[in-house]
Amino acid sequence: MSLSKQDVEKIAHLARLQITGEQIPGFAAQLSSILTFVEQMNGAETTGVEAMAHPFDTPTRMREDIVTEINEREAMQSIAPAVEAGLYLVPKVIE
Amino acid sequence: MSWEPVIGLEIHAQLQTKSKIFSGASTAFGSEPNTQACIIDLGMPGVLPVLNREAVRMAIAFGLAIGARVAPRSIFARKNYFYPDLPKGYQISQYEIPIVGKGSVRILLDDGTVKEIGVTRAHLEEDAGKSLHEDFHGMSGIDLNRAGTPLLEIVSEPDMRSAKEAIAYMKTIHALVRYLRICDGNMQEGSFRCDANVSVRRRGDPIFGTRCEIKNVNSFRFVERAINFEIERQIDVIESGGRVDQETRLYDPDGNETRTMRSKEEANDYRYFPDPDLLPVVVDDALVAAVRESLPELPEARRERFMAQYALSAYDAGVLTAGRELADYYESTVAAANGEGKLAANWVMGDLAAFLNREGREITDSPVTPAMLGALVNRIADQTISGTIAKKVFELMWNGEGDPDAVIARHGLKQVTDTGAIEKAIAEVMAANPQQLAQYRSGKDKLFGFFVGQVMRKMQGKASPEQLNALLRDKLAP
Amino acid sequence: MSKFHTMTVARIAAGLRRREFSSVEVTRSFLDRIASLDGRLNSFITVTPELALAAAKAADARIGGGEAVTALTGVPYAHKDIFCTKGVRTSCGSRMLENFIAPYDATVTRHFRDAGMVMLGKTNMDEFAMGSSNETSYFGPVHNPWDLQRVPGGSSGGSAAAVAARISPFATGTDTGGSIRQPAALCGITGIKPTYGAVSRFGMIAFASSLDQGGPMAVTAEDAALVLNVMAGNDPRDSTSVEREKEDYARLLDAPLRGLRVGMPKEYFGSDGLDPRVGAAVHAAAAELVSLGASLVEVSLPNSELSIPAYYVVAPAECSSNLSRFDGVRYGYRCKEPRDLMDLFCRSRGEGFGAEVKRRIMIGTYALSAGYYDAYYLQALKVRRLIRNDFDAAFNQCDVILGPTSPTTAFRIGEKTDDPVTMYLSDIYTIAVNLAGLPGMSIPCGFADGLPVGLQIIGRHFDEARMLNVAHQYQQATDWHTRLPAPFA
Repeated sequence: MSLSKQDVEKIAHLARLQITGEQIPGFAAQLSSILTFVEQMNGAETTGVEAMAHPFDTPTRMREDIVTEINEREAMQSIAPAVEAGLYLVPKVIE
Repeated sequence: MSWEPVIGLEIHAQLQTKSKIFSGASTAFGSEPNTQACIIDLGMPGVLPVLNREAVRMAIAFGLAIGARVAPRSIFARKNYFYPDLPKGYQISQYEIPIVGKGSVRILLDDGTVKEIGVTRAHLEEDAGKSLHEDFHGMSGIDLNRAGTPLLEIVSEPDMRSAKEAIAYMKTIHALVRYLRICDGNMQEGSFRCDANVSVRRRGDPIFGTRCEIKNVNSFRFVERAINFEIERQIDVIESGGRVDQETRLYDPDGNETRTMRSKEEANDYRYFPDPDLLPVVVDDALVAAVRESLPELPEARRERFMAQYALSAYDAGVLTAGRELADYYESTVAAANGEGKLAANWVMGDLAAFLNREGREITDSPVTPAMLGALVNRIADQTISGTIAKKVFELMWNGEGDPDAVIARHGLKQVTDTGAIEKAIAEVMAANPQQLAQYRSGKDKLFGFFVGQVMRKMQGKASPEQLNALLRDKLAP
Repeated sequence: MSKFHTMTVARIAAGLRRREFSSVEVTRSFLDRIASLDGRLNSFITVTPELALAAAKAADARIGGGEAVTALTGVPYAHKDIFCTKGVRTSCGSRMLENFIAPYDATVTRHFRDAGMVMLGKTNMDEFAMGSSNETSYFGPVHNPWDLQRVPGGSSGGSAAAVAARISPFATGTDTGGSIRQPAALCGITGIKPTYGAVSRFGMIAFASSLDQGGPMAVTAEDAALVLNVMAGNDPRDSTSVEREKEDYARLLDAPLRGLRVGMPKEYFGSDGLDPRVGAAVHAAAAELVSLGASLVEVSLPNSELSIPAYYVVAPAECSSNLSRFDGVRYGYRCKEPRDLMDLFCRSRGEGFGAEVKRRIMIGTYALSAGYYDAYYLQALKVRRLIRNDFDAAFNQCDVILGPTSPTTAFRIGEKTDDPVTMYLSDIYTIAVNLAGLPGMSIPCGFADGLPVGLQIIGRHFDEARMLNVAHQYQQATDWHTRLPAPFA
């Protein structure tokens, strides 16, 4: 798979990664070579093979419905980039 | 040209667990911002989700209630998108294998007919936080208290053909989740939210038109208005030679219109994949059986039973079973009223409802208990008091004066059935109103009511209405 | 008492319990070594001398009082900077978390704290554990103590170098595709990646959730077993943590190897990339095990070569999602004066992440995106099943599998940075183990031109005690693991 400049821009946007114009050709070449490399696995015969998303096929753990957490807002927001009135601040959200 | 709307709804019901779906933080509504957002809800580096068993039980209960298959093994997936109120950059949801499969509900239409609406699926997921748009120096504020609150997303088939049907379906689901005590149904607080998929087609056309999704319309009234607006808009577009674009639209209640939020081209590529932090949710037969065991009688079954057992109309039975608490109240009242089903229904739907409504109280918060109301119905049935006096007794009970017998005794409201006393009052009224008497006797029948009123007033309303009528007709006769 | 650095964890622990010396003395000695030697290695991102001495003092009091003394109370260690440590910077080797003071402890951190152990500081690592050479760290490369021009391996390169140079008695690592075993091999130490689910991932900053596993890096197998006893255990806060009885990983150390069937995968020894000197050292180690009573069987892992392609879809896919939380909103790096929301996200992430992290996020994003999911992600999950099946079949014939950990010894800093795919190939022998969720370990088994060679032992699920037994018996018969790089002797 060979990725174009546009492909790289589209992926970077989807992943919310700013990459500069001069970085794009490098990324395009590297990503293309990685994709070409991983495409080796396309040769594997996997018809009828069940996908394995996880090492173990055990049921997920469940917890009881109990409130165990306390208000730690001050500690949590002491490491936040921008807060006011207990809220995390971000550039205006437009819907 | 005749157009047919095609509507499907996606309802998000917040499950009323105490703690969040993947963390031990409280789900209580209305706390100070970010005081109920723990490290897991905040998506701190390294944190992991652990599933709340109660949320699973609630989803199973819903599945059983709509006759759906509960998946023995369902999978949590990540829905990836960036948004400031989505702390991890993905929402944990269910995609390919939801916990609740295909089911259906029956809705009651205004004309009394019943229509079956398919439910495609219902799945568990986590709610996002909220963006507050008050101006913080041109910035928005993010409150993550709601982040991680369990949601059941209930997706219907495109089975509805009018806004009215959509509302009836929405109300049916609303009643159901409240019956099951899995969602408080509070739409102001956002516990029960709705997105509508709307398209139109020429009547008879087997193919659906292009649909638009209307996001987050959060009252029954707005859903109806938004759908009706959208139907009209789409018809206008097509009739003026245009084409409906598949897009997401936002309803603006102030302008009563929908507007474009994002087009199909801008649609997110959510990159769903199985959440590697969570293993499959396994629901075994024992768990399903336990949940089934705990299910209450469901609204539809109860409605039909009310019609059969208490000889109620479909309408009355529908109103009385719309809420589990109301239905419980009604049944307790009937039990206390020796089975006077219809009379009890009139009182619950009439005076009681009016008083509750006036004071904005919930049925569970009524100062008149089912025992008191049942006793009142008994006193009407055994003619101790008339219906009119009963209204007065009800009000006194409402105001804290105790059970009806005490109220009747204290205020001397017992019905007078002594013929002599009634005849005496009639004679006095006839003597005091010779002119009206003459008019009546010369054929002005309408004045009968005037005499009834006068006599009733003289007797402070306590005369037996049947006796009064009979005696008066006799005396007034020329 | 200045020879603490030549002592094993077991020896230090015994001395502390016998009150031959105090934890403060031991701790001070290692802090001194860090201060004087780490300038050449860059193995620590953060050193915490005050906290360490306070913890050592508390440990001494605990030992003095004779209360709640655990096997390793008072033993110092270095913690990979991927484990959250409350009140201490947890950078994950990234500019994104350069100033991130974790607000909570990872479960593993808490286990060490509860055991009264002494954290010396946080070790350098590839950014978000993505790398095989420790060159992707925002805090600069780590130098291999055996040759400072060479890489220590990665991603747990700082931990490996610190233990190899004996500036910490042991260290923690995490292993997603070889990140404990490969640096252990390249630095000549012992490292074990336990079975997936044995050690809690709670508070261990996620790279690829279905592959990540924490484990100890130490000088001896015995030390690794003792540390694993503290690290492992069921954690109700990790849904993927396995609910099993607590076990003593040291229980089989002294068992003889008689009757042990050692599987030798034919695919591991025929590949072009294998340095013949590494192959020879591994064969010599196998012969040593035979002399200890084991027998060798040839096994086959036919899908081995598909493990790297499958891994470089699965791991990036999971990482692309795991790293979405770093958005500049609640913690971590935020770009200066964002124009709007999109700019906040794109620039915070664009400036906060390094090139390798970006590459993997983009590969993962692509592999999961509409139209490519089936061809890449789903196919990788199916290949993963094939790889798992290969191991299941092989383990019908043998008790452990033996092979090289890395195809080569440590390479030069800068040698492979321009070509990601070449770099990825250095994990050829380790990656399949993560895909299958198996335990794997690396122990020193020789030298080539003065550089350590690592021997990999792969076990069945939850068979760590058996692997540690094999490693310990081998180490009783050999002395490769006791060698120290001269400048750090």
